[in-house]
Amino acid sequence: MSKSQTVNITCTINEAQYSFELPPLTRLIDVLREDLQLTGTKEGCSEGECGACTVLINGELTNSCLVPIVQMDGASITTIEGLSQKGILNKIQQSFWERGGAQCGFCTPGMLMSTTSLINNLSTDEIPSEEYIREWLSGNLCRCTGYSKIIESVSLACEVNNG
Amino acid sequence: MDKISVETPKDLSGALEIMSKSKLTPLAGGTDLMVQQEFGSLKAKQFINIWNLNELKGITHTNDSFRLGALTTFMEIRKHKLLKQKLPMLVQAAKLVGAIAIQNRATIAGNIANASPAADSVPALLCYDASLELTSTQKKRIVPLKDFYLGYKKMDIQSDELITAIIIPMPKDNPTIYYQKVGARLALSISKVCFAALVQMQSGKLVDVRISIGSIAPTPLRLYKTEDYLKQKKLNASIISNAIEQLADEIKPIDDIRSSKEYRVKVSTNLFRNFLESL
Ligand SMILES: Cc1cc2nc3c(=O)[nH]c(=O)nc-3n(C[C@@H](O)[C@@H](O)[C@H](O)COP(=O)(O)OP(=O)(O)OC[C@H]3O[C@@H](n4cnc5c(N)ncnc54)[C@H](O)[C@@H]3O)c2cc1C
Ligand code: FES
Ligand code: FES
Repeated sequence: MSKSQTVNITCTINEAQYSFELPPLTRLIDVLREDLQLTGTKEGCSEGECGACTVLINGELTNSCLVPIVQMDGASITTIEGLSQKGILNKIQQSFWERGGAQCGFCTPGMLMSTTSLINNLSTDEIPSEEYIREWLSGNLCRCTGYSKIIESVSLACEVNNG
Repeated sequence: MDKISVETPKDLSGALEIMSKSKLTPLAGGTDLMVQQEFGSLKAKQFINIWNLNELKGITHTNDSFRLGALTTFMEIRKHKLLKQKLPMLVQAAKLVGAIAIQNRATIAGNIANASPAADSVPALLCYDASLELTSTQKKRIVPLKDFYLGYKKMDIQSDELITAIIIPMPKDNPTIYYQKVGARLALSISKVCFAALVQMQSGKLVDVRISIGSIAPTPLRLYKTEDYLKQKKLNASIISNAIEQLADEIKPIDDIRSSKEYRVKVSTNLFRNFLESL
């Protein structure tokens, strides 16, 4: 019987380089949480519906539960652990803190990654409408907040970003 | 033997070469395949990773047509200025596929080749008379999308062929469009209907009519009979009600889910009425 296939993958995660030898369809979320103990990225639905596992891949918002490691060779990945610098909250995290955008916190890493990507995609001085924010976060489910505090947090983050 | 393996070729010709020798399942953005894999419903074990093939990327156009590389994502579609202007229904469909993170990975060819009757891009593409470019080491051929689906999840594609591009004729006029998706994805298998239509009027007459509905039959449908009935007509109350009857007759709802059959017909005819009455 043939041995099962593994692939050699080298990628950058939160600015550090890693190499893995893993079965090709190993999900990125499992590599993050299990191999690297980066457990800030959460697993909710495992099927792209809840957004708890959201990360940035080459700057693009992505559900890490749907990404096979075989496609990550050469990629640059940012997880929630890559947002704060030396334990200091960045402006987006600070905005969620100030506006009560997190309750139980399970959805929060994904919300913060989506907000990061929302802000990265704005043109200079653009203030996103509530509708725009809601659409950008529509892949992130929250069972606690009823969303309005999250929207307020994102709005604040956008203002701070502009100011 | 049954172990999972993935080949990652460097370029398109390498990919086609491998596909000419063994049966492999293309892996693009993985938004369908990875879900099936996670939930154990995926039979395929041997894959070819096409996600990095540059030859399959990018949107280009001439005066006559658009060419969307197979790996064009829905995010690329919704950001494309000329597509917004020329193929607005495709852009609307793109915006409704999952959420942002899905749109960043979900490809147009994957949406087509997954062959779900509920694929949101397909009714729009059918209205725009899209064709597929299929490529193998042997040849390149063009198949109109309307002829591509042969039955539920059955397609006119060989195991050594990849969809390499979607070709869409450049719309000449500025038709009135109507694209509606009813029902949430989670409940999709029971309640969704996706309706796309396009009309060109000239001195009160419908000179061009195209109608397509997804989720109502084993494959998305173009409703040629209803279109033919409406062509060259001026709309009035009785033409509209005849057209609605014609449409109800022409759509064959997926009848293994009997409870929702009537609902789907009703939603479709209501949408169709809204559209006609808005003209
Ligand atoms: C949370 C979630 C929400 C979604 N919401 C919607 C929605 O609202 N509307 C909708 O229409 N879809 C929706 N989808 C499905 C949508 O993401 C897919 O249909 C997507 O477009 C498939 O593209 P992919 O590149 O991810 O395909 P993959 O998963 O990589 O492949 C899908 C199929 O296409 C085949 N394939 C891919 N590329 C080619 C090619 N070039 N040539 C031949 N065969 C090929 C593969 O072998 C496979 O059979 C959703 C999915 C998720 C996970
Ligand atoms: S765990 Fe990935 S989207 Fe829910
Ligand atoms: S804060 Fe609990 S799920 Fe959002």
